[in-house]
Amino acid sequence: MATVSLRKLTKRYGNIGIVHGIDLDIADREFIALVGPSGCGKSTTLRMIAGLEEISAGSIEIGGRVVNDLPPRSRNISMVFQSYALYPHMTVRENLGFSLKIAGAAKEDMERRVAEASAILGLDTMLDRRPSQLSGGQRQRVAMGRAIVRDPDVFLFDEPLSNLDAKLRTQMRTEIKKLHAKVRSTVIYVTHDQVEAMTLADRIVIMRDGHIEQVGTPDEVFRRPATRFVAGFIGSPPMNLHEATIDDGQMVFASGDKLPLPGQFKANVATGHKVVFGLRPDDIYPTGHGISSGGAADVHQIELPITVTEPLGNETLVFVEFNGEDWVSRMLNPRPLRPGEQVAMSLDMSQAHLFATETGKTLRS
Amino acid sequence: MDENSSARLKRRLLGIVYRIGLFLAMLTICLPGLWIVLSSLRPTVEIMAKPPVWIPQEISFDAYVAMFSGIGKGGIPVIEYFRNSLIVSVTSTVIAVAIGMAGGYAFARYRFGGKSSVFLGLMLTRTVPGIALSLPLFFLYVRLGIIDTHFGLILAYVALNVPFTIWLIDGFFRQVPKDLAEAAQIDGCTRWQAFWQVEFPLAGPGIASAAIFAFLTCWNEFALASQLTRSVSAKTLPVGLLDYTAEFTIDWRGMCALAVVMIIPALTLTYIVQKHLVGGLTSGAVKG
Repeated sequence: MATVSLRKLTKRYGNIGIVHGIDLDIADREFIALVGPSGCGKSTTLRMIAGLEEISAGSIEIGGRVVNDLPPRSRNISMVFQSYALYPHMTVRENLGFSLKIAGAAKEDMERRVAEASAILGLDTMLDRRPSQLSGGQRQRVAMGRAIVRDPDVFLFDEPLSNLDAKLRTQMRTEIKKLHAKVRSTVIYVTHDQVEAMTLADRIVIMRDGHIEQVGTPDEVFRRPATRFVAGFIGSPPMNLHEATIDDGQMVFASGDKLPLPGQFKANVATGHKVVFGLRPDDIYPTGHGISSGGAADVHQIELPITVTEPLGNETLVFVEFNGEDWVSRMLNPRPLRPGEQVAMSLDMSQAHLFATETGKTLRS
Repeated sequence: MDENSSARLKRRLLGIVYRIGLFLAMLTICLPGLWIVLSSLRPTVEIMAKPPVWIPQEISFDAYVAMFSGIGKGGIPVIEYFRNSLIVSVTSTVIAVAIGMAGGYAFARYRFGGKSSVFLGLMLTRTVPGIALSLPLFFLYVRLGIIDTHFGLILAYVALNVPFTIWLIDGFFRQVPKDLAEAAQIDGCTRWQAFWQVEFPLAGPGIASAAIFAFLTCWNEFALASQLTRSVSAKTLPVGLLDYTAEFTIDWRGMCALAVVMIIPALTLTYIVQKHLVGGLTSGAVKG
């Protein structure tokens, strides 16, 4: 087990920068998720840590040892690929034992470790099958087994669940979490799915265009997003984000609609400032149908017309029109609502976010 | 008649038509081969008869016996020719496949300057008919002193086959996902080990088909070999066929018998690896 440190890690292809000097410290046994949209550099970062991609500048340390120029095999890591990358010409047993065979391990040792890994992952009954005879979920498990057998310092996962269907993905997510609890090793997990990142990781690294936007626990990145991008990326459905101008303690939106400036930001903005106002769907709800975490004084009441409703059973997503745009709200204990109906909405301003339009950074102090 | 039974009838009729068509096509393809075998077994009178004699009146293995009887008794140095053919074909195939693997792998896996022009250049060499090169090659070989040698012929055949083996093997390596070699490296392999342990076995059928094609090309090649070899120590079987032509006569029966001797090893080899060959051909056909 080991710590991982990235120092000014940079990747360029010719003149095109992919990763722009990122710094990150990962603690021993920590589960870190790198998350971000396609092309944000998260997979490239992972591949650089694995040694599959040369680094253009900066350094990578694993367990305090600089590994910049070491080949993958000398880094004592293991990796689960998006495509699983199982060797099609080998049985499950051979796939699991391949790394040990290459390392020249004794036969008994090899058998013992393969048996251990297959027991952890429930692969015992399929050891003599070929990958082509396995289902997606089973292949995924073999890929993880192959990683476990190596007993590496660091596990790298490159979008391991994105080839599975929704149900299996949820199932495997739980298994990965259980697995981490069992083997307690350092994990770096790349995904574009923020739900995976939130549910699995100790800390989440949100990346965008080769930069790190924010590093924090799932709770931190959800409750205190550092930038407008993070606010919009984390959370489902995404946060309502709308531009406004500050005018005498009020936020004036493009259409002329106004909302009071949330109290927690009063000290940080002045009249004329251009801001982006953000409110999660959980913090805007038909009055009496939400969880209010702020006091009554923080909740702003307003009548808004409904455009669409999306019932989800225990809750309904209600889209209301404000400032000429749709705002999504979450209605608990739903009651039937019709589009066009005017509904009294509660906006919990104590949970609101404000970002500077120009920099996208939070205005929270 | 209801719709279902007429559809069934139509399907049966179509099936019969397909089979007849297939039979005719196969007949056209196989007839020359069959004719060679028949001609090797019957007297010259029958071979030259007009109208043709379809069913042989008498069958004898005289031509085969004569072939191996030695010079002066109607024989030709068939063992020597066979040996030459084998040495030249096997050696040039091994070299062409080795170069083809290296080249095909490079084209499939690496990015480098002028990649597509080099590839196109290689493919363009295929458009030049080998026979057009035979005269320049002849003069060059004479000057270099490698005319009428195994080495000279091997060199020519390697050059002939390399573009094709590179093209074919490139297609097969492209089908082996890059992830696999990377996974192998993470599992502790060097780049070299990852190739031999993972990528090579997976591209194996493709490499086998490339080898068969290269071998058959060498084994059957006549135009270049007839220019570049002349003595018993270098002539290959296809060139050996010419031994049956004299100033005024051609021994068709003997020639056909030698042709049969030539076909048998090629046929056997193809039969043995045909499973790989067909799999290899179809899976390599769709190149990304």
